[in-house]
Amino acid sequence: MREEARQTALRGTAAESGLLAVTLGLRLLGFGPVLILALLIVAASVGVPNFLKPINLGNILAQTAVIAIVAMGQQMVILTRGIDLSVGSNLALATVVGGLVYQAGGGGLAVIFAMLAAGMAVGAINGLVYVYGRLPHPFIITLAMLSICRGLALELAPGHTTMRGMPEAVKFLGGQTTLGVPNAFFVVVVVALLILMLTYAMVWGRWTYAVGGDPVAAREMGIPVRGVLISTYVFSGLCAGIGAVVLSGRTGASSPIYGNLLELDTIAAVIIGGASFLGGRGHLGHALIGAVMIGVIRNALNLLNVDIYFQMIAIGGVIVLAVEADVLRNRLEARARVLQAAKT
Amino acid sequence: MSVPALSVRNAEKRFGAIHALRDVSMDAWRGEVTALLGDNGAGKSTLVKCISGVHRLDEGEILLDGRPAHLNSPAAARGAGIETVYQDLALFDNLTPAQNFYCGREIGFPAWLPRPLRFLDKRAMNREAAAVIDRLQVRLPKFDAPVAMMSGGQRQAIAVARATVFARNVVMLDEPTAALGLRESRKVLDLIVKLKAEGNAVILITHNMEHVVELADRAVVLRQGTKVGELKPSAQNRQDLVAMIVGAEA
Ligand SMILES: Nc1ncnc2c1ncn2[C@@H]1O[C@H](COP(=O)(O)OP(=O)(O)OP(=O)(O)O)[C@@H](O)[C@H]1O
Ligand SMILES: [Mg+2]
Repeated sequence: MREEARQTALRGTAAESGLLAVTLGLRLLGFGPVLILALLIVAASVGVPNFLKPINLGNILAQTAVIAIVAMGQQMVILTRGIDLSVGSNLALATVVGGLVYQAGGGGLAVIFAMLAAGMAVGAINGLVYVYGRLPHPFIITLAMLSICRGLALELAPGHTTMRGMPEAVKFLGGQTTLGVPNAFFVVVVVALLILMLTYAMVWGRWTYAVGGDPVAAREMGIPVRGVLISTYVFSGLCAGIGAVVLSGRTGASSPIYGNLLELDTIAAVIIGGASFLGGRGHLGHALIGAVMIGVIRNALNLLNVDIYFQMIAIGGVIVLAVEADVLRNRLEARARVLQAAKT
Repeated sequence: MSVPALSVRNAEKRFGAIHALRDVSMDAWRGEVTALLGDNGAGKSTLVKCISGVHRLDEGEILLDGRPAHLNSPAAARGAGIETVYQDLALFDNLTPAQNFYCGREIGFPAWLPRPLRFLDKRAMNREAAAVIDRLQVRLPKFDAPVAMMSGGQRQAIAVARATVFARNVVMLDEPTAALGLRESRKVLDLIVKLKAEGNAVILITHNMEHVVELADRAVVLRQGTKVGELKPSAQNRQDLVAMIVGAEA
């Protein structure tokens, strides 16, 4: 009898220390992306000439802004177990719509409004067709919209090509600096604060996590799952529209070929940053860290004159690592659950 | 008191070729535990989900206090005071116990905003949830950690606790002790007694005949989607009950 009690106690402490190890591992995985980003920056500072120059840092911020903004929208979609492949084409279409409004005599506000509205409209189509078309996965509709928006942008743009000219307000947001900091950076901050409020302080955000965590349970708990899903695609579209404003502002133009492969960059940013591809887990910090990582890798390899093809390979490799980290995290959690049960 | 809190009348439910419920009628009364029994695949969970608004009946109706109720969504059923502990628990692994408690019925403000745009009153929700978990003596490793890290028993305890908090009329528990050890099972059974004492109509699904005999005031038996009998369980007619469930002629 005493032997049995001793055995139980022993098992208890073994579980306890095992649990500690697993929890520690999970913590490390959580910090992984930040650590890697820090290492990247240190390595680039030491190994890449001109990397730390203020003008280059400003460049990184400006170049990363569009990816960061659109990635934050992508992150909301991935949070609900979805994916938005249309963001790049959506952004291009939004710039073209804005450019047309400008050519028709629209002022700064009208152009900005047109770009945001175009982005949200595309997002709404994504969400509505996905939900009410009863598609098995948003992959299909957003892939279709990737093609449709690009085609539409090319069709709408006069001469199927770039249109010069943007109103001052747009150029201010996307292309100018305040106290040496690109204004695009402040746009990123504003979008981030908006998402922070939506996801941490408001009911809608809680619902997005619930739907991503378990869509069936979400329905059983009375959450309007369809509405939540549609709204995340509209939100992603809005972010593409904001990205369009920033990019048009930086280039002073609109073009049907903008945003090529932006869907890849944004999905990569979210995953590299450490959000879960399986849904329900992740926050805007992941999208931002991932976007900066991609920006830093690109910039450093550029300065080192590494050709663009190798950059693509490098970023692809990082994505694979990040997804493996996600898988590992899920396994550790399952392990923690077993140990927890053994302990009690 | 002569009207049942919940009645199901002539319920029919098909999933394609599967006829999951055939002309099922049953009542559940306030202050009573009604056991819903049947073998695997008998249609118990389907009936529960029809009442909780997850499925819609193909035919038949559901009455609450004698009045026809339109429970065409889980939100409507919860609004009508029907709480459910689902067989799959319906817990969110990525949320904490308190967040799980209030998921779908968050306390938010200001009231004039549409629900999704209200601000979460996290402090109130944490306080209430902590009080309930304390009162029910559910032992949790960490109150602010996601449910993902918790054991099967702890998860089940959270799901049952959630239903007990919000119960106002009818509480349905679909195999609430399935993952539990003896000690935890006992706690859930105590909770059921409490729910009943508070005047709820409790519907309990279980495969454990001892629990049925101990707790249930009446038992409804389903076999292959059809109601095959109803009786008052006791130690004496336990064998009859089992025979009814498996369909062997006694
Ligand atoms: N969503 C669904 N789609 C199709 N068939 C279903 C669905 N839900 C249940 N069924 C079928 O309906 C029948 C009854 O299932 P139900 O889950 O109600 O059984 P149960 O009595 O709860 O069994 P158990 O004791 O195993 O939980 C089964 O044949 C099942 O396969
Ligand atoms: Mg069942």
